[in-house]
Amino acid sequence: MNDGITTTERRNQETSSPHPATDAIGPEKTPPAAQSTDNGANVELVIEPKSGWVAVDFRELWLFHELLWFLVWRDIKVRYKQTVLGVAWAVLVPVFSVTIFTVIFGNFAGLKYELPPELIAVYPVYVYAGLLPWLFFSNAISVGGQTLVSQRQLLTKIYFPRLFVPTATVTSGLVDMAISFGVFAVMMAIYGVVPSPRIVLLPLLILLAWAASLGIAFTLSALTVTYRDFRFVIPFMVQAWQFVSPVVYPTEIVPERYRYFYALNPLAGIIEGFRSVIFGTPFPWGMLCISTLSTAALLVYGVMYFRKTERRFADIA
Amino acid sequence: MNKPIITVENLGKAYRLGQQDEQYPTFRDALVGMAKAPLRRFRQLSGGGNDELFWAVKDVSFDIKRGEVVGLIGRNGAGKSTLLKILSRITEPTSGRAVLRGRVASLLEVGTGFHPELSGRENIYLNGSILGMKKVEIDRKFDEIVAFAEVEQFLDTPVKRYSSGMYVRLAFAVAAHLEPEILIVDEVLAVGDAQFQKKCLGKMQEVSTGEGRTVLFVSHNMSAVTELCQRALLFRDGQLVNSGPTANVVDEYLQCGSSDLKHYFEPNVDADREASLLSAAVHDSSGDSVAVVRFGEPWSVTSSWEVRRPLPLASASLRIFDLSGRLILVSNTVGLPTAFFENPGTRDVTCSFPINVLRPGQYFLTIGLWVRGRGAIDEHERCISFHVSDLPHDPEYTYTAAGNPAAVAPSDWSFRSNTEPALTGGV
Repeated sequence: MNDGITTTERRNQETSSPHPATDAIGPEKTPPAAQSTDNGANVELVIEPKSGWVAVDFRELWLFHELLWFLVWRDIKVRYKQTVLGVAWAVLVPVFSVTIFTVIFGNFAGLKYELPPELIAVYPVYVYAGLLPWLFFSNAISVGGQTLVSQRQLLTKIYFPRLFVPTATVTSGLVDMAISFGVFAVMMAIYGVVPSPRIVLLPLLILLAWAASLGIAFTLSALTVTYRDFRFVIPFMVQAWQFVSPVVYPTEIVPERYRYFYALNPLAGIIEGFRSVIFGTPFPWGMLCISTLSTAALLVYGVMYFRKTERRFADIA
Repeated sequence: MNKPIITVENLGKAYRLGQQDEQYPTFRDALVGMAKAPLRRFRQLSGGGNDELFWAVKDVSFDIKRGEVVGLIGRNGAGKSTLLKILSRITEPTSGRAVLRGRVASLLEVGTGFHPELSGRENIYLNGSILGMKKVEIDRKFDEIVAFAEVEQFLDTPVKRYSSGMYVRLAFAVAAHLEPEILIVDEVLAVGDAQFQKKCLGKMQEVSTGEGRTVLFVSHNMSAVTELCQRALLFRDGQLVNSGPTANVVDEYLQCGSSDLKHYFEPNVDADREASLLSAAVHDSSGDSVAVVRFGEPWSVTSSWEVRRPLPLASASLRIFDLSGRLILVSNTVGLPTAFFENPGTRDVTCSFPINVLRPGQYFLTIGLWVRGRGAIDEHERCISFHVSDLPHDPEYTYTAAGNPAAVAPSDWSFRSNTEPALTGGV
């Protein structure tokens, strides 16, 4: 029974199974791959529990900046896919809003008679000038507030700076605003409105609108991940916000002594600014200063709250 | 350079249990409950309260050297995936720390960030960027990625129109062209057809051996782990219980018994497939599902199929491979009455072996359903691993020196001496 068989070896798997990997890798053969890309070779990444406030890692944001553009580009590309009218929606929404607001608030409610006489005739243009920043803002915070929840697939599977998620959503809204501006230009031509030379300040006002939207979107998206109640709160918030912003009415109906308090709403200063650079009405320096400060406060708070809570996103998203 | 590329020290991750809503029988009770403790939910959601903690990963420490390919194995819920999530910075540890000395890329899912409305081309850029590639890097590798995925003609088609196979191929192709120093991979080989799985394994091997990457690899596919990894870490209930050469650790993993050793598979989502494997298990002579079958004893393999459309000519097939990938034996239902797959429904197919002829060691099963002339309807290559226990009479004994046979037949031997009465015996 024993002929030709020895019992000296123990587990045959160890001797018979090939482990090509074991043979090929020696300590002297360390990676050549690292040099090909950025300075990964001397990166030391420490992972440990953090607590309290977390600073923004600007170096990392820069390292990933291409991803931000890809996310923005994706949002833009996808937005009007499988819609019959496509980009036309970016035109139709403001046009419908202007029509409704003009008829209801301007004519029925008579709000247009609160305007300086030279603006009464161009009331639709006046409303549209306010709608441009308002629609951008309201869209940015309603979509931006949900953005972490709607992209939880990404949050739970891969690491990248989380701040990019709301940032990309808000930023991609600028494209809609650009399209609306095209329509606005046509409307100005029809009504014969010539922009004032202060129009050069417009990019700054847009930047301010973008920053204010970001601040709110950071806060709301972080809140919505934890408390899904905010899904129901946001639409009401947007509605209420519209009434405290001079979208359909001129700021003039707010009593003079409350103006600066009113300007704590960043949109108040921004919309006034928009109208001023277009119609050449007095530039609201005071209101804009206050709106800028409150925007800065919102943005800083939004980023801080977001960073503080972001470590839990993947666990609760 | 002598420092380990990954150092993990006492890493732990706890989740809070008991966050589920209390059940109120009526709306009135719900209102009363809210009135009594209006802030309770708020405290729960903001992470306070004194709920019970569940440690998904606890006190795990290990080092990984540069260029090592390490397999993480363990049953579902053993903490492997949570560990990978911590190391990929998706979730934060509750205690301990980890140090990674190199550029990390993690692949916890195939096709993260793929957008169904975007075309293949657009998704390559989007996904590559999400995985951490620079645009110039993607530009450079674009053709290679497309060739690897074999989707040239469909580059400008939205991926929602891709078949599931094409989708997975494209997604893996992007990931396979990452160039990190540390690659973290979670069970991505569980998807795709057998041929593509083989291609992925090959690519991973190439990446790890050829390019000297460090790879952390979670899989339930013991064949893949054994093939790819030099070292394995075994996890149980969130703790690291063993670490060492892959063969030893895989052995221990397979031997530690568990009540349910049935393997479940993702049903093939491809609607064109007539049938799909749901689950399969190896049973011993008493009918229990096992990871270890005893040498010489009867055993069986049961597979459960979902038959979606009639397959009158189908035959079930079973192939057994050893650790080195050698095909040891084949059994199928060709020639048997095959009316079994003629009607849609769920079917169990059992293949019984009256005696076990496999010599002690580790084996892998390939289970498939074939139609003559058409090939495999669904096949899961090396989807189950099992172990044949040592010889009952002599655990020290192996057959390697006896010419390394594929199988050993337990057979009856008789001994007759010409001077003494007859004597019989057997193995």
